[in-house]
Amino acid sequence: MIKFSKQQLKIPQMSKPVYLVTGGMSKFDRAIPEKRTEELVIDAFLEAAEFIKKSPEELKEYIHSCYYGHFADHFGDQLLGEAVIHDRLGLDPLGNVGIKTGGATGGSTIWEAYKAVASGYSDTALAMGWERMDEVPTDEGNHYIASAADKDWETPLGHIYTGYYAVMAQKYWQVFGKEEESFRRTLAEIAVKNKGYARMNPHAQSPMNITVEDVLNSPTVAHPLRALDCCLMSVGASCVILADEKTAYEMTDNPLLLYTSAGSHTLRVADRRDMDIPLLPNESPDQYKDLGLRFPGGDRYPGFTGFLAARMAAYYAYGMAGIVDPTEDLDLVELHDAFTISDIQTYEDIGIRPYGEGRTYVESGDCYHTNPFTGQPGKLPANLSGGLIGCMHAVGATGIMQVIEVAQHIWGRWSEMHADEAKWKRFNREKPDDWTDLQVKGAKRGMAISHAGVGSHVTATVLVHPDHQLKGRG
Amino acid sequence: MSTQNRGTVKVENGRYRVSGNFHYAFPNDPIRDENGKLLGITNPADMTHIHAYGGEAPFFENLSNAKLLGTKCANPKCETYGSVYIPYRIHCPDCLMRNEEVDLTDLARKGASVHTFMITERTGAFNTLEKPIRFVNVEFEGVSTILMGYLSVGEPSIGMKVVPIFQTKNPTFTIMDLSWVPAGTSADELPEGFSL
Repeated sequence: MIKFSKQQLKIPQMSKPVYLVTGGMSKFDRAIPEKRTEELVIDAFLEAAEFIKKSPEELKEYIHSCYYGHFADHFGDQLLGEAVIHDRLGLDPLGNVGIKTGGATGGSTIWEAYKAVASGYSDTALAMGWERMDEVPTDEGNHYIASAADKDWETPLGHIYTGYYAVMAQKYWQVFGKEEESFRRTLAEIAVKNKGYARMNPHAQSPMNITVEDVLNSPTVAHPLRALDCCLMSVGASCVILADEKTAYEMTDNPLLLYTSAGSHTLRVADRRDMDIPLLPNESPDQYKDLGLRFPGGDRYPGFTGFLAARMAAYYAYGMAGIVDPTEDLDLVELHDAFTISDIQTYEDIGIRPYGEGRTYVESGDCYHTNPFTGQPGKLPANLSGGLIGCMHAVGATGIMQVIEVAQHIWGRWSEMHADEAKWKRFNREKPDDWTDLQVKGAKRGMAISHAGVGSHVTATVLVHPDHQLKGRG
Repeated sequence: MSTQNRGTVKVENGRYRVSGNFHYAFPNDPIRDENGKLLGITNPADMTHIHAYGGEAPFFENLSNAKLLGTKCANPKCETYGSVYIPYRIHCPDCLMRNEEVDLTDLARKGASVHTFMITERTGAFNTLEKPIRFVNVEFEGVSTILMGYLSVGEPSIGMKVVPIFQTKNPTFTIMDLSWVPAGTSADELPEGFSL
């Protein structure tokens, strides 16, 4: 599909508004030998119940249907793992379904629960995601992940997904990064930022106090990407509860409006045909006419440098929530930083910056909690959780964790959920002496991007405080 | 336990006829912590899947004949009529009519270049390629798509002219039978079993 029909570009119109009521997550780590997946899922559910001062029984009474995000059955060697979880949560005989869209599984799980509530099927729905990536050693894990590429045309080539992804990084690095040392350092800054923010998050797997030099000196994975540019492999679970307006206000005083959309593009990057750039509300039709002149080799769209799925998810979500300019209209984002370079590509796909100029989001200091150049609050802080590089990538749980993190800022409860000494102790982690409160003051709106692999599936979830809705929403 | 007599498959009268072993059972081992506490078990498994290439079979068959096959939309009513695809697409992604097969070997020999590439030391389990792997994504003039492969000779760069080579001796009938080398590479520089 190169051109889009009017029907395909329709901004989704939901039958009723949907609210985020609560969310919770487990500890995340590379391996958690002492716990079964069911135990991690229950940890997440208990945190969600406690967050709105309900017992698990009270919370379960509201749930009418369940959406379970778990990507890699073969890691756990258990088909229908969703049925196991559903039983252990004591939610039988409610309807439930498993959702899997690679790295976007968490976001897609919310998308399904969202539609269930918006349609009136359920007043309240559970979206729960998890992943267990410690059941095979890393080599076998790489093979399993590579099975998410095309089994005949890609997987036999090295059985290494990073390789299929990194060719995109190489193209972006050469065309838009112009192989500049300054660009390489900007990439490293993203890792420094996200590993650093992870230090303030008791759930996070890989908190690190590092420098740009540390990133540049870490082992090469695939030039120009180094080990510290790459996301984690993780174990853990997270969940959210969505409800219609009436039920949401019965459960809590402070639910948030939620909008979720989705886009897709070919599993094989090979199959991506040249097309015009679909525009977001803050872009003009002639804006990209000279893109190939400014960045030789950058005129093929999306080619190997853009994620059409992310652009389409943003297009729908912005229409639904009334967002014109994400940098102006949002107060924070959680992005899918699978690699530092794909983080920059995403800034462009979702319109935080125009194509070719993603790096300036970092270089301006806009992406920080506190702009390092001005000492003022960052214009649009990104990945205060630590993201996939610092916090975790327990695939089915990732997109849900991101939404919870954004919500806690809008609720003004980020500090409460991250400062708690008891939680640090329970997770057997040491709270740093210089722990810093990253609450985004006055946050009203935020967004989370959940993204699969080379961009086969992407979802955008926008959260809005009901008192601060935007005009022009769909 | 040995893994002798590994399974093979034939098709007769449209049905799979299998012989030999398709799985091997191995005993479990306990996983304990340093204090001897039981935490879990290993679950060894060795299985062979039976996989149909279906309409893509001609592509994989012909690599061993040193031919690179693609497909083309042959539906004049289709908006993208005439678009050429490799990877070999059985159906046009727009009109969903069955594509026509086209031999792209000559085009690849004359007009292929590296769109992007990646060199990596890291691989997953079951990898058989020599490390580091030099992934190349190859573009062809007049073709809508960009094929992924690996370079067997030299160092890749964007825009570099490359030509296909084929494992014609002891072919695997997988995508591994196709590789790429810089234009001008001589036959004696090719890996064992490959020809230009």
